[in-house]
Amino acid sequence: MEEAKEQIRPMPRIGELAPAFEAVTTQGVLKLEDFKGSWLILFSHPADFTPVCTTEFMAFAKIHPELQKRGVELLGLSVDSVSSHIAWVRNVEEKAGVRIPFPIVADLNKEVSMAYGMIHPGDSKTETVRCVFIIDPNQKIRTILYYPLSTGRNMDEIVRLIDALQTVDKHGVATPANWRPGDKVVVPPPNTQEMAEERLKQGYECTDWYLCKKKL
Amino acid sequence: MACVSPDGKPTESGTKMLRAVQAGLKSPEEVAQETGLPLFKVRSGLRETTQAGLTEQKEDRYKLTEKGAKLLG
Repeated sequence: MEEAKEQIRPMPRIGELAPAFEAVTTQGVLKLEDFKGSWLILFSHPADFTPVCTTEFMAFAKIHPELQKRGVELLGLSVDSVSSHIAWVRNVEEKAGVRIPFPIVADLNKEVSMAYGMIHPGDSKTETVRCVFIIDPNQKIRTILYYPLSTGRNMDEIVRLIDALQTVDKHGVATPANWRPGDKVVVPPPNTQEMAEERLKQGYECTDWYLCKKKL
Repeated sequence: MACVSPDGKPTESGTKMLRAVQAGLKSPEEVAQETGLPLFKVRSGLRETTQAGLTEQKEDRYKLTEKGAKLLG
């Protein structure tokens, strides 16, 4: 008997357009293009009614108002059914008093999970790992995070990433390690020798010609 | 469907969207602003109400159909 060959699909990458999809969710059938013009955080979780995922969902619900202020929508995903998602979010509200305000994709046929490389067979052949895709208003992938099944995500980092990406876009700068809003930003490095010499005269706080910071 | 229940009645958010396009052609952005619903939900909802014959799409704007008006009462 011929062995079924595993289908190899390319993983989405930063800077590329996010793979289009149309999916059944807890808030109706949604297409990726429905989010055009907003930032979108598409995130997967392994399964409904599991402990780490429940803590994460409550944490995502907690940062939802902060994300809304920044023009960001949330979209969850797992390979569970819509009925399971509905039962789970109702349970979370009943037992923990937390309302889940964002839609959740019921990716039973794994179409979206496969397109986004959310199933990592080394960790689980049947469940999605904890992925985060930050997609900008032009539907380009700007950040990808992967966490294993065992470890819940850090919401502060997700909000920080949004702040950093939006600052980068608005001011044409970069952000240094552990940057937080209000901190100095990095001026993009010069491309020519002439620019490098001029850079040092421009009043930035420079460690050297290639590492200059400024206040916004 | 998210905006129209299986019994054919519009949901609360569906009713808001239908009422918003009752007065004439409106874009999803205008409907979102008027109803306070997220834009992604309005885009998806108007697609659904159009498939159900309750709204009609003209370019990127929507209006209520006779069937939609009857449903609203």
